[in-house]
Amino acid sequence: MSNEALTNDKLPGDKSIAKSAAMTEKLYQLGVLLSLILLCAVMSVLSPRFATMDNLMNVASQAAVSAIVSIGMFLAILTAGIDLSVGSVLALSTMMMGIASDRWGWGPYPAILMCLGAGAALGFANGLLLTKLRLPHPFISTLGMQKMARGIALFVTAAAPISMFPDEIQYLGNNSIGQVPVSFILVGILYIGMYFFLTRTSTGRYIYAVGGNKEAARLSGIKVNGILNLVYTISGFTAALAGLVLAGRVNAVYPLAGLDYETDAIAAVIIGGASFFGGVGSIANTIIGVLLIAVLRNGLNLLNVDSAFQTFAIGAVIVVAVAVDVLRQNVLKSAR
Amino acid sequence: MVADGILLRVKGLTKKFPGVVALDGVDIEARAGEIHGICGENGAGKSTLIKMLTGAYTPDSGSIEFDGVTYTSLDPRRAMGIGIGCIYQELNLIPHLSVAENIFLGREMYLAPAFNVLDRAQMNAKAAELLADLGLVVSPTARLGTLGVGHQQMVEICRAVWSNAKLIIMDEPTSSLSEKEAHDLFRVMARMKERGVGILFISHRLDEVRENCDTVTVMRDGRTIESFTMKERSVADIIQLMVGRSIQNKYPKEPAPHGDVVLSVRNLNRKGVLHDISFDVRAGEVLGFAGLVGAGRTETARAITGADPYDSGTIEVFGKDVKIRQPIDSINAGIAFLTENRKEQGLILIQSVAFNATIVKMHKYAKAGWLSLKRLRDTARKICAEMRLKTSGMDMLVGKLSGGNQQKVVIAKWLLSNARIFIFDEPTRGIDVGAKVEVYKLINKLVADGAGVIIICSEMEEVMGMADRILVMHEGEITAEMTQQEATQEKIMYAASGFKQAS
Repeated sequence: MSNEALTNDKLPGDKSIAKSAAMTEKLYQLGVLLSLILLCAVMSVLSPRFATMDNLMNVASQAAVSAIVSIGMFLAILTAGIDLSVGSVLALSTMMMGIASDRWGWGPYPAILMCLGAGAALGFANGLLLTKLRLPHPFISTLGMQKMARGIALFVTAAAPISMFPDEIQYLGNNSIGQVPVSFILVGILYIGMYFFLTRTSTGRYIYAVGGNKEAARLSGIKVNGILNLVYTISGFTAALAGLVLAGRVNAVYPLAGLDYETDAIAAVIIGGASFFGGVGSIANTIIGVLLIAVLRNGLNLLNVDSAFQTFAIGAVIVVAVAVDVLRQNVLKSAR
Repeated sequence: MVADGILLRVKGLTKKFPGVVALDGVDIEARAGEIHGICGENGAGKSTLIKMLTGAYTPDSGSIEFDGVTYTSLDPRRAMGIGIGCIYQELNLIPHLSVAENIFLGREMYLAPAFNVLDRAQMNAKAAELLADLGLVVSPTARLGTLGVGHQQMVEICRAVWSNAKLIIMDEPTSSLSEKEAHDLFRVMARMKERGVGILFISHRLDEVRENCDTVTVMRDGRTIESFTMKERSVADIIQLMVGRSIQNKYPKEPAPHGDVVLSVRNLNRKGVLHDISFDVRAGEVLGFAGLVGAGRTETARAITGADPYDSGTIEVFGKDVKIRQPIDSINAGIAFLTENRKEQGLILIQSVAFNATIVKMHKYAKAGWLSLKRLRDTARKICAEMRLKTSGMDMLVGKLSGGNQQKVVIAKWLLSNARIFIFDEPTRGIDVGAKVEVYKLINKLVADGAGVIIICSEMEEVMGMADRILVMHEGEITAEMTQQEATQEKIMYAASGFKQAS
């Protein structure tokens, strides 16, 4: 009894703090969703073409590529890392597919495997640079990979694009099942699959653990390096898969494909509520971030805004999103 | 200088932190031209005192009189300005710069001050002079990083001399020095003393205190116990004063029958850290590791649990030789390591109670690869109820629990790992008295169930109160072994200070 009395816990206070922190998160997510809706509303008013079926389909199919890239980015950021190489990995993987199909005369399925395998291998290399070579931060290793992969992609065909692919390769990017493009279905499957992987498998939970506290995770018996290798391999794989969708849509692969995709993906993930500090975020919100960026880009295009300003706007959105992230973390900390 | 020769007069200095009184009316008088030793156990308040003198902390009450001027508080800039220098355990130097650049860092000499043009020649010459003055053979242009730790420390002292320090505080200056380097340091200290500089010398090595200090102040529980002239007293007296409190019965120790050896460590070595560590733990036994901070107790635990690598040695668990390369190896062998830093190493603060409790080998809650969330939560809820964890629910973030409840989550997590050997590193640090007793009772329960327990405690009372057998470590070696009946605070303190086979 006396022990009970001595344990000096302020339970009611704790409870309300926990609640208020959870509330902050909910409010933030609601805010992002509302911003998306508001942005759509403003765009519909400003441009009569925005709300047309054609345009919305266009936004969505552009968003599909970005959505797939963002899955890998989300995982990297979840582990308090980053993957700056996604755009270049996308380009090199699809170029390898183009060469296999066009020059070496491979069948469509081996060529697709080449694409996905190359992406995964490049991602795994990112992981090894971080875990084996012990580069100080994935910012460095993936920045190096960004330049190296882009360089090779430009080199292999002397910067020339390759086009005209068999239907199988174009399938993901160019076909529909009924009215629904295959790429939408793919995005749906990937996000739902990733959601369950992250919440319902021990490996998924370990990714959160590594992001939340690397040392505690290691001492709890989690093979941190294995988890990091896996995360960057998945990121390379999703970049290549996004490349496959893109290649199908435009029926071509080109070495400058995916340029700056990492920027949009980072913006989408951070807007979607993941924290740069790691360990926090939900894949379900990442898709909202992806759509917000896609609508913003599309809307600015429709309004004939100079591309220079578009670039500026995306940059500003990233800064605001990260600033909000820092604020949120401070709120969480002070609640502690 | 002040008439009576007293350089520093600390009066009634008090500092409270939430829940603890770190300093409680400390009085110290130190004279110019003398070496004044400050002794005390871990947590006696030595570091807090230093931090007040260097301006890192602001006192709640009391005064610091220095060189005839009375201050109620100092800030780092002012402390330096009035002539208080401090040589910390971790050196604050820049390895890529030269010796001279380090000495003059922040107080450079200029050729043309308006244009920030440094006078390198003069600085090098002055540095050479300072170094020679302390009897050091070091080139002022040598890159600091190429020097040994001992010489780097001398550079730090030159820095203090150059800033006209009248009082130099040395916090465990010899802890990382070889015997020869320490000897050189004492020579330099003697020289500074001749020049009228006052030195506050904080050391766990009582033989060094005996040989080098003129006066000594012993601190305990945030208070000054006594100040005296070293010549008049012995090391035994110091130890007596350091530990001299009565042990109340706040340790509900319940001995359990001892069974077979569950963990056997032989000749564990890690270069520069651990030297030939050998010991056994039996089922039902609580083995205590005593010693001062940095003696190698945590390092021993970290080597056994795969947190750090070890160079040589064997580890047997339940009679089977195990190779431990990473934490999962020791976890699979049935060892749990409850680290001293819950927040940094034990818990994921931004995750829920349920998540943290079930994180070790979480895959065992999965069927065909899929986790059963219900099973995870039910398991966590059950263990937390057993431990009487106070939480608003399994989804509560661990970071929002009190220290005692966080510790319970750590224990819950390792109970669920099915460990049979538990290593507790400072199990009650930062938790209140009531929660402490609960932790002790839990340890009783573990040994009653036949587990082997190791506790690493810096509080001697605690280790004497809870351990069946005590090993004392000093600088990476085991210096004494004693049963609970044999143990006295004096014996432990002797061994912890590096005197072997104290009797």
